[in-house]
Amino acid sequence: MADPGQTPAVSVRGLSRRYSTTTALDDVDLDLTSGTIHGLLGRNGAGKSTLMSIITGQEFPSSGEVSIFGQTPHENEEVLPRMCFIRESQKYQDDIRAIHAFRAAADAFPNWDWDVAHRLIEEFSVPEKTKIKKMSHGQCSAVGVITGIASRADLTLFDEPYVGLDPVARSQFYRALLEDYAEHPRTIVISSHLIDEIAQLIENVVLIDQGRVLLHEPADDLRDRAVTLVGRVDAVDQITAERQVLTREEMGRTVRLTAEGALTEAERQRAAQLEVDVLPVGLQDLVVHLTTREQRTAREESQS
Amino acid sequence: MVEEGRPLFVQIAEQVEASVLDGSLAEGERAPSTNELAAFHRINPATAAKGVNLLVDRGILVKRRGLGMFVAEGARQILRTERRERFADHYLDPMLAEAEHLGMTVDQVIELLRQRAQRTP
Repeated sequence: MADPGQTPAVSVRGLSRRYSTTTALDDVDLDLTSGTIHGLLGRNGAGKSTLMSIITGQEFPSSGEVSIFGQTPHENEEVLPRMCFIRESQKYQDDIRAIHAFRAAADAFPNWDWDVAHRLIEEFSVPEKTKIKKMSHGQCSAVGVITGIASRADLTLFDEPYVGLDPVARSQFYRALLEDYAEHPRTIVISSHLIDEIAQLIENVVLIDQGRVLLHEPADDLRDRAVTLVGRVDAVDQITAERQVLTREEMGRTVRLTAEGALTEAERQRAAQLEVDVLPVGLQDLVVHLTTREQRTAREESQS
Repeated sequence: MVEEGRPLFVQIAEQVEASVLDGSLAEGERAPSTNELAAFHRINPATAAKGVNLLVDRGILVKRRGLGMFVAEGARQILRTERRERFADHYLDPMLAEAEHLGMTVDQVIELLRQRAQRTP
């Protein structure tokens, strides 16, 4: 898939964005390989939307460098048409109808595909002639999602693209995106709170917390980041004695414990002998563990 | 649909295997492509490709240039042999461990097996 010798789709160095009282991005270094679906994860206010705005040239950084396909995006007519940014609750002008928004997108994006657009307009039942302002949240999100897919931009970013979309429509979105991506591979970045829903879609995970990149890894490797053990307290403690424990919950003499790192084969056998269940940690849980641990460490540091 | 536990690409391979074993995917028939599997299961095409490669490496699927993936001749037999080899590990060992827990002798387990086998046609 990704050719390591290739120029990354997105390359960011020492990127910071400070507002009067807050720091949205704090010295971020990040390369996103091209031709890959990336998941941008993190809590509200972590800096995801700011990062996407700066990548797409819609906002300026306070300091640092951004390079998109090797070029600066800001006011760059060579790069901007290659990027499509679909925001959460995208704003449209008062009188704009869906069909106008699609025509504008068709003009703006050189790879726009009307066949795909028409198919998706039908699939999502978007009323083309209704003013977008009058649409439901779900229909409005569908306009954004269709624009994002049909634009076939080399770099497409979806920032929480599904406000108001019900589970069926979200599933349609994932399917449509994967189908089109499979036929026309390109770089896609999706930010989402519905982590378990997109966990299988994404090939690469970027976790942002308090303006910094906390984790940047292929999704496959994350399976080895943590493990959950359930069993008798003494048995579980015996296996995890040397490990960094992320969470621990006891009920009577049973404990459910999540520890960092994968188990060795010897430890797995030991767990089986001691009748300890070994469960994988899903992406959602891993993100919760990692971001709350970061908070704890920060609190401990400020207290000492 | 997709449970946790084993890596996703292994589960994808196992679902294709199940179709080959029960005959819903016949030998010589075209198998689902990587892209079809990705869209159907809503998973990244790279993950689907890993699952497909697992089957190609074991001779279950064969790639025909320009035509796609096909179920290999003899694929069913390969799968049966593989599964028979793992049968004791996957089914008998856990059963014997549970029987020991409950204080059942091996003879009692065998007797129970006979009774059950007679009940099911």
